This record gives sequence, C-alpha cells and structure tokens, in this order.
Amino acid sequence: MSPRITVAVATRILRQLRRDPRTVALMLFVPCLLLTLLWWMFSDRPGVFDSLGGPLLALFPFTVMFLVTSVTTLSERSSGTLERLLAMPMGKLDFLLGYALAFGVVAVVQAALAVGLSVGPLGLDLAGSVATLGLVAVADALLGTALGLFVSAFARTEFQAVQFLPALVIPQLLLCGIFVPRDSLPGVLRGISNGLPMSYAVDAMQVVTATSEWTVDLTRDLLVVLGYAMGGLALGAATLRRRTA
Amino acid sequence: MNPAVRVDGLRVVRGGRVVLDGLDLQVRAGQVTGLLGPSGCGKSTLMRAIVGVQQLAAGRIDVLGAPAGSSANRQRIGYVTQSPSVYGNLTVVENLRFFGAVLGTPVADTIRSIDQVALGDCADQVVDSLSGGQRSRASLAVALLGTPAVLVLDEPTVGLDPVLRRDLWALFHTLAGQGAAVVVSSHVMDEAERCDRLLLMRTGEIVADDSPAHLLAATGAKDVEEAFLRIVEGSRSVTGAPT
Repeated sequence: MSPRITVAVATRILRQLRRDPRTVALMLFVPCLLLTLLWWMFSDRPGVFDSLGGPLLALFPFTVMFLVTSVTTLSERSSGTLERLLAMPMGKLDFLLGYALAFGVVAVVQAALAVGLSVGPLGLDLAGSVATLGLVAVADALLGTALGLFVSAFARTEFQAVQFLPALVIPQLLLCGIFVPRDSLPGVLRGISNGLPMSYAVDAMQVVTATSEWTVDLTRDLLVVLGYAMGGLALGAATLRRRTA
Repeated sequence: MNPAVRVDGLRVVRGGRVVLDGLDLQVRAGQVTGLLGPSGCGKSTLMRAIVGVQQLAAGRIDVLGAPAGSSANRQRIGYVTQSPSVYGNLTVVENLRFFGAVLGTPVADTIRSIDQVALGDCADQVVDSLSGGQRSRASLAVALLGTPAVLVLDEPTVGLDPVLRRDLWALFHTLAGQGAAVVVSSHVMDEAERCDRLLLMRTGEIVADDSPAHLLAATGAKDVEEAFLRIVEGSRSVTGAPT
C-alpha cells in the first residue's frame, strides 16, 4: 500500500469527474430536487417532512454513490485500464481506497448541499447537530461506494450494473423502516431487515433528527454502516484479480 | 547470457479451449522479437502470460530472473494491450502523469515518453478526441514510462500511417539497442522484416523461430508471408541457430 498511489488514483477520478459536468450536476442536485419535492408534497401536513427527511438524507448518498461507483469501476475493468494498473506496482487496496477517497470527497459536498438545504430553506426540524447529520450521510455514501465497487465485479456491461440497483438497493429501501416500522414487519422480514446495512443508515438518521444527544444506538448504527463499508471494500479487493482467465 | 524472458511448458486454457499447450521459448535482451501470426493464434495470450496477467494452466515463465507477474517485475515491464488502455476523458499528459505517479517515475519522463511517440502536438487534448492511431500511441507512451527493461507490445502499429510506423519501429530498435528486450506482435507479415528475430505462431504453436534473413533462406521464400505458407503447408518447423 502506498499513500502516493492512493492519492494519485483519487485525484485522477476527480479530474475525470470534472470533465463530466453533467454527471456532477446529477450527483449533487438531484438529491436536493428530490428533497424539495418531498417537502412540497407534505407542505400541508406538518411533521411528515421532519420524519421522512432524515431517512431520505441517508438514502440519496448511498444510492447515488452505489450507481456511480459500480458504473465507473466497471468501465475501468472493461477498458483495460484496470488490467494495466494491476500489471504495475499498484496495490489492490490503493485502487479501492483511491475510489473511496474520491467519492468520499464528492459525498461530503453532496451531503453539505442536501443537509444545508433541508435544515435551512426547507426547515427540517433537527434535534441533533448538523455535523452529525453530515457525518452519517458521508458514512452512507462510503457504504454505497464500497458496495458499488463490489457488485461491479459481477456485471459484464453497464446495463447489468445498473440493474443491480433494483436488485440490491430497493429491497433494502422497502425493509429499512421508512414504509413500515421495522418492529411491525413479519418476523422473518424483521430478521432480514436486521441484517441489512440500510436499516442502520436510516435508523442513524432518525436518531439524529429526533434526539440531541449522541446515543448508544447512533454509535452502533454508524459502526454497522462503516463495518459493511469495510466489508464491501474487502470483498471488492477479493474480486480484483491480477491474473484473469 | 540469461534470456530476458524464459517460457517453459506454458499451457493456457481460456473458456474451456486450450489456447497454448506446452509452449517453450526464450526472448533475449537487446533485440526486437516479432511475434507474428494470424489473429486468434494465441499471440495476445502469450503476451498476457509474459506480463503476468494471464492465469496459467501449467508451465513457468521467468522474466528477468523472477517469475512473471511478481511484484519485482511490475516495475520493469512495459505493456501495451491491443485496444488502447488509457482514460478517454483525460488528456494525454494527464494520463501519463497518472500512470507515472503509479510507477513513481519523475515528471520529465512524461514529456520524454510523449515525445518518443510523437504526440507532443496533442499532449493537451482529451484522448477521446484523438484518432485511433493517436490513442494507441498514447497507450504506447504509458508503456515507455520508466524505461522498462522488457517491453511487451501487442500490435502497437495497427492503423498507423507508414511514416509513423517506420518511426516507431526505429524507436523499438533504439530501445533494444539500449538493452531492452522488446517483444512486438503483429498479424501483418510485412512487419516481420523489421524484427531482429521472428517467432511465427499458428494455432497456439510456434512454427518458426529465426531471424528474417535465415527464415527466407531456409524456406527459399521471397517474403515472410510466403515462408509462413511454406512452413504451414509443408508442416515442418524451422528453427535456426539463435542470432
């Protein structure tokens, strides 16, 4: 592992993103537009946006980063640049951490915009601190990045990579407690929900919006989300093969 | 002198098909070795194996005295894949700086590599906006970073104009003259005469291993294409003394 190479990878990805302003705009502003839409939908029903806004702040960074990372890594795999890099003195971890670092930076910007908009103009009622909210959002983004890196190994084309979103993300969305409180789910589904990272991401957001203190639950939620992110990176590293068939 | 690349009993299976079966060969430093044969004959697979990115079913490959693909060799091999592997949405310079940072080569090396492939005029252009030939030269420039001791170039001159092709072959000879082992593949037989040594390949086997002049003399052919045909149709393999 070498910090020089990790930083080189991250800088390169950010430079590539700069050449693609449309993607950057979509990554940064679509969450803001969706939050505004949600606020508008419930503008006549006080309290609803306050309870839904937090969970959605967990959802956007996760989903967007999952998509962007899986597609970019896949194109790196199929264009031959990954093979070239792995034939060079490039550690697998350098590669993965470079991606995590670059998209982590994007996630910070995205979270700052979405959190700023929600707490400011949209008037989200937040009991905890804005910084904690931002921290949870960045952790969720890292989780999305890590899982996106992992699933890119199982897709041959961009078309397949995009299909992993409904396959892997929507079930988590349905079971994470936004639609039905997790305690009211049928037993088996509650068990499954307890094993899914998004449940903890959403729970963390609910804690931050509802209480001003840093609770044990919040620590647990963050650790689970980061643990899944680390696990995703480790699995991602296992899918990077220097020798292929 | 020890060979720069030594392949013993190489066997590669891809997608259930045996591509190479019990291949032996050696590549010397200071020479341009041409790997010629029709497409699908196993040239790229052999090159991937030498670089160390190909899974092997059996056999052993040593490059500069260390197993192919070992971490020591990752710094010492320049590799160009058939389709250009550079980032399309970065400029030529940005691509080279990035790969240079991975290899830990000085910035001056970036400029030297770009000049060697004659891409100075479009160094600040985004790769996607370049022609196919320019893109493959950008990819070649990456392989030249750090002046590697072994260069493995998979069809680096395809689609280039004759002047550039001549210049690149001159570059390959210069690099070989400086002591590098240069392996260049091509499916165009007329490039054969530019090599110091030829390995003719067909359906996963090396059917001839000789210098172009010896090969022509041994087969009585007037060009390498005809020599290839004579060997294949006469089903006899020509192996001359190492030059």
